[in-house]
Order: sequence, then structure tokens, then C-alpha cells
Amino acid sequence: MTETPLVEFNALKVRFKGERTVHAINGLSLSMQQGETLGLLGESGSGKSVTLKTLLRLLPPRRSEIEGSVRVNGTDITTLSGRALSAYRGREVSMVFQEPALALDPVYTIGDQIAETVMRHKGIGRHAAMDVALDMLTRVRIPSPERRLKNYPHEMSGGMRQRAMIALALACRPKLLLADEPTTALDATVQIQILLLLRELQREFGMGVIFVTHDIGVAVEVSDRIAVMYAGNIVETGTTRDVIKNPRHPYTRGLLAANLHGAVKGERLDAIPGSPPALEELPSACSFAPRCAFARPQCLSGLPPVTDLGDGHSVACVLEHPAFDERSREALPV
Amino acid sequence: MFTYLVRRLIYVLPVAVGVSIICFLLVHIAPGDPLTAIMPVDATAEEQAAMRSAYGLDKPLPVQYAIWIGKAAMGDLGKSIATGRPVADEVFTAVRNSLLLAFSASVIAFPIGLFLGFLAGYFRDTIFDRLVTAIAITGVSVPNYWLGIVLVIIFSVQLGWLPSMGAGPGGSGEWTWDYAHVRHLILPAVTLAVVPIGIVARTVRALVGDIFSMDFVQALYAKGLRHGDVLRHVVRNAAPTALSVMGLQLGYLLGGSILIETVFNWPGSGFLLSNAIFQRDLPLLQGTILILSLFFVGMNLIVDVAQAAIDPRIKRS
Repeated sequence: MTETPLVEFNALKVRFKGERTVHAINGLSLSMQQGETLGLLGESGSGKSVTLKTLLRLLPPRRSEIEGSVRVNGTDITTLSGRALSAYRGREVSMVFQEPALALDPVYTIGDQIAETVMRHKGIGRHAAMDVALDMLTRVRIPSPERRLKNYPHEMSGGMRQRAMIALALACRPKLLLADEPTTALDATVQIQILLLLRELQREFGMGVIFVTHDIGVAVEVSDRIAVMYAGNIVETGTTRDVIKNPRHPYTRGLLAANLHGAVKGERLDAIPGSPPALEELPSACSFAPRCAFARPQCLSGLPPVTDLGDGHSVACVLEHPAFDERSREALPV
Repeated sequence: MFTYLVRRLIYVLPVAVGVSIICFLLVHIAPGDPLTAIMPVDATAEEQAAMRSAYGLDKPLPVQYAIWIGKAAMGDLGKSIATGRPVADEVFTAVRNSLLLAFSASVIAFPIGLFLGFLAGYFRDTIFDRLVTAIAITGVSVPNYWLGIVLVIIFSVQLGWLPSMGAGPGGSGEWTWDYAHVRHLILPAVTLAVVPIGIVARTVRALVGDIFSMDFVQALYAKGLRHGDVLRHVVRNAAPTALSVMGLQLGYLLGGSILIETVFNWPGSGFLLSNAIFQRDLPLLQGTILILSLFFVGMNLIVDVAQAAIDPRIKRS
């Protein structure tokens, strides 16, 4: 491809030190085009949020170790520091947090909080920055935005706060927006409004979006592509259509089956048995194998190979590898 | 904001009345007859009765209270049984001296407490944090009258640098801002500052540590703010609580310095109070407690109003 990818993860590893070591991200590689919306799907603890925080370099520097590279528009952001880092945060990439009630400063007005970041990045005065804030509140369709500018976060409803958070995140027109389960804390009806708003603003501003969610319905609704995460790595990625219609990894299939849509009353709901691994050690085999109904001896003897299925659809599973042969089972010690 | 202020002032009234009733009753519940302190041992029953009615002590309690509070509202707290001087004058001079001591201790304690607490909260779980926690616990736990005596032994007796008694040379009650007087202030103020240093440092440490672990701090970094800007946000978040702790500490310093004032012979309200107790000087005791309590009520009011003024989360309407 001729265009520089918007984001390019290359063998990213993130490890947390402390009383217990946790291998949160284990060799993640992924690239994403300009203006694309990527749905990052996975259970709690699969490393979705850590991936986002790595992109903004929000992990505690003393307790985390980052290996590999993360390029945003061609720049490796893992080495940024000081002035360059704060110029990058909020301007190139910004983030909408899961819980707007906690992510907004409770003792500053919404207007001040938006204006503050605009002043910082655009180097304009407070008055002009307030105009930008007003414009942003109008764009996220907050009713009577002039009045809301002077509101404190606690004076707004949950949906309104999330709209304000989005206005704040987009105020400097970032090229990439990170959305960390932005609708999880909201009422169902408000969730849909926020999703539609995000999709609309994404088209309007032409920015890329990484949308983290554990809700497949939400991922399908907003994303061009989906990446399924498990135990700190991507197990399957492809266009939303491919991943939903033709899931190849047993975990993706399990996630799709573990859905209330179309469930028949009285019948047992499908669920993936077991729970995700604790990741205290670096995985040396397929992390999903202990829970996988299709596990083979090879799954436990080494990391699963990544197979490109064409059209950007790839999967990390032994079963999908061309070299995999059912008969080889006999050849291997069980 | 103005209506809030007025409403808070109205709320204070019943509290003040309640406080005055408790002051009055406490003094009367305490054992001991005030007359025994001033009457000669061989006074006749008639003489005692005459004295009793002269001080109004023969009337029923509610009537005594009504007379006392009525006069108090006019600024007349009666006459001291022991000295015969107006209680209002005695209390006024003593409270002024206590305020001087309390403010001096605050000026020492609050900046140190804030500074240590903020740094400990910022560098949480480091050696510095543990050191501050140890200092704070020591400051709160060490009996300050004992510390006062130790300081007197070191700086007055051994080194002879600072005076150990009174509020001025020659035990004069009149305060002036000169070197001779300020020298007398140093030891009691430092001693009195130790507890609030510990309390303020501990509170601010917990406060700042909690604020730094909140999501919005990460969000502030995420939108590209520099370290200094983030600190400003943290300080602004911590300010209302820190302010109220300091306000209440000032109130405690004013009323709670009895032991320190006794150790250093500081002619303040605590000193007056302990004298009044030992001499069973009823009007003086009642008057002093009342004024100190009202000061505390007033301090609480100021803290509440100040907090509402700087913390938008407190409803003002």
C-alpha cells in the first residue's frame, strides 16, 4: 500500500511488573488505514484497554515495559517523551473514556475543560478557545450549548456527559479517536444515540476510530473491520462482514454463539466454558487451547501460526494453517 | 451564594443556643459549690445565703440560664467570683492571646502539613511517603504537653535560647509585636503546631493520592496537558477538603490548647479556663466555654461557606 498506515503495531509486548508480573499484550501486530473504524473485540482482561492506553502512552512508566513498535502516521510513539508526547496526545490521537462521570474533572466547567486542550494545542487565546468549545458542543448536539458550556459535569446527565467527552476528544480534530467502551456506562437508548453520533462524526471528520467493546452487536454496528483479542493478542481480524459471516477462530465462533439474539426460551444459552488465563507467564502455546473444543496436541506445543485467508482476513489458529493435516495427530505425542 | 450565606447563618442560631444551654448545664452539673472557694471557712449560713442570692445562685436553673443568656447577649458575662473583674474583659484578653497562639501555630503547621502531605500523596508508596506517614503519626500521637516540657528543657533550661513562661517579658499581659514578645511565642506555637502538622499531612496525603488515582487525571494527560497543568487540576480538586480540615484544626487549636497554655503559662483562654475550673469560678467558666464554643461554631460556618464558594459540587441554592 502506498499510503502510510494510520496505526501500525509491530510485535507489541506490554508487561506489568510489580508483586505479580502480568503479560498484558503478547506480540500484537496490526495495521489500520486512515479513516478506518476498527472494532477491537474481546472479554475483560484480554488487553483491549491496555492496547488503547499504550497508543496514548498512558501506562504507568515505572510499572510497565513496552517492547516492539507502535507507529502512528509513521512515527514511533513508544519513544516520545516530554513536549513531543503532550503535543501528540489529544492532537494526533485522543480518547473517549468508558465512564464520562469519572473522566471529566469534577471542579472545572465543561467549557473550561474543552477550551483548555484547544488552547494547549492550537496556541490560541481563551476567548477563541471557548468559541471552539461552543462549536464542538453544538456539533455533538447538546441542547442549549451556551448554557452547558458553564455547567459542571455533575450538572449533566450520563448521555450528555458522554457527548461532552466526545466534544472534548474531537476539539483538536485528531486523526485517530480511541473509544474505550464509550457506551457501556449508558442506558440502552442513549447507547444507540452515542453510537450513531460517533459514526456520523467519524465520517464528517474523516478520522480513524478504534472502538473497544465486548459487545459484538456494537462492534458490527460501527466498525469497518473487527479484530478479536484474546489473552493479549489478536486471534482473528478481517472485515466486519468476513469475521461475522465466516468466523474461523474457535474463540470468535464462541463469542458469536454466546449471544442472546435468537436464543430460544428454555434452551440452554451457549457460553464459552472456563475463563481467560491469568497471564502471569508469557504464553508459549495457544492461550485459548484449554477452553477450546477443537484443541489438538499441537495447540499446546507452540504458538499458533497466523494464516492469511486473503482480503485482510487472518487468523491465529493451528486448524486454519495450510500445513495442518488431521492425520498428523497420530504422528504427534498426545 | 448570598441566599446560601443567609440560610447558613440562620442554621447557626439553634446550634448556638444549644451550645449555650450545654455550656450552662455542664458547669452546673460539675460537682463542687462555687461559694466554698470564696467564702471563709467559718462563714455563717446567713452570710452564705446572702452571697448565694448576690450571684443569683438561689434561683431555679431555667431562670438562672435566662438571666445569664440575656445578659450575655448584651455583652455582659457577669463578674468573676475570684477576681471580681468583668468576665467579658478577662475572656476578651485571653481569647485574643489564644488566637495569637493558634494563628501562629497554624502559620507554622499548615504550610508544612500541606507540603509534606502533597509530596507524600504524589510520591505514594515511596520511601518519602513512608517517612511522611511516620512523621505524621508521631506528630499526632506524641502528647504535646510532654513535647512542650521537653522543648522547654532543651531550649530554655539547657541552651537558654528562648523563654519558657508567659507572653512577654516580666509576665506582662499586653502583647506587642517586638522581638522580646515574639521570643515568648516561639516555643508554645511550635509545640502546638505539631499535631495539626500531622493531621493536615495525613489528610492531604490521602486526598492527593486518591485524586491522582482517579480516571480524570489520566484523561487530562490523554488530552495533552503538561505535568504542571495536571498538578493545577489536582490542587483545585483537593482544595475544598484541605481547606475544611485546616479550618477545623484552627478551631481545635483555639479551644484545645489548655495543656500547652498551662505548660507555658500562656495567658490565653485555656489558661483562664483551667484557673476557672480550679477556683470554681462559675461565671468565668461559663463565659469562657461559651465564647470558645461560639468561636468553634463560627469557624465551622466559615469553613462551610468557603467550601461552598470554591467547590462547585456543593449545592448553593
